[in-house]
Amino acid sequence: MEILDASSAVLCNFEVYELLQDVKKQSSGKKKKSQQKNLATITYETLRFLESTPCKYQSERCIREFLLALTKFQLTKSEKLQLLNTRPTSAVEIQLIIEESEERLKDEEVEEILNLVKTLLPGPPEEAAADGAEDT
Amino acid sequence: MFVLAKLQDVVRIPPWQFNKPLTEAITEELNRKLSNRVLYSVGLCIALHDIVKLEESFILPGDGASHSRTTFRYVVFRPYVDEVLTGRIKSCSSDGVQVSLGFFDDILIPPSALQQPARFDEAEQVWIWEYEDGKHSLFMDPGVAVWE
Repeated sequence: MEILDASSAVLCNFEVYELLQDVKKQSSGKKKKSQQKNLATITYETLRFLESTPCKYQSERCIREFLLALTKFQLTKSEKLQLLNTRPTSAVEIQLIIEESEERLKDEEVEEILNLVKTLLPGPPEEAAADGAEDT
Repeated sequence: MFVLAKLQDVVRIPPWQFNKPLTEAITEELNRKLSNRVLYSVGLCIALHDIVKLEESFILPGDGASHSRTTFRYVVFRPYVDEVLTGRIKSCSSDGVQVSLGFFDDILIPPSALQQPARFDEAEQVWIWEYEDGKHSLFMDPGVAVWE
């Protein structure tokens, strides 16, 4: 086995989630599952992990909109990826994700990023219900 | 967290699988070979993403199976330094805290990387974070979700 490129592309959780659901659908159609025990195990465990993350509620469209809105902050690729995967809700989380956030971003910009995350990236439904109750 | 690794290998398809379409047989063989296994200096292989190039299949003398050189991309779990992940504490020991991600259990946080000051309680076998000089002792119990 030759390794041509150990990291030719970086995937966000949403892309992996979709791929594994495809794999699951294909394997549930076939009869012989005994050969693919390893694949079934890792698919099941990874899907279970991903379902506990916010990627479950994301869609291709909202990810594209979110990334376009983030272009003006000039964040690195890994920072944008982490924002997508972890969906931060507080300034502390932003500080963990974005290096030197106190120097690179003003407080209003951090607030803006948090707002973008809240509006463009859908979150778990209980959160939306709590927000709705707060507004009324 | 997940990357796409481009790999190349010669895939062997035994004769009793010749009735299947070649791409399907190769996908199955690659998944059987790599998924849920750690590849040195690449990461934990999850599943095949797609086949990039499939070259001519040869049958070698003495072996009825077909051999095809395949270039493919595989989804690999490979966290990078400084990445933030959420996991669950599996167990604590004097070597550190062991955290599990569900599909990957081998994450060990050494004592030097824990929030300081922290001490290890031998009796209960847990790590305790003494926030603000011992005013609040936060126990790291198994099953609690943590960011690492």
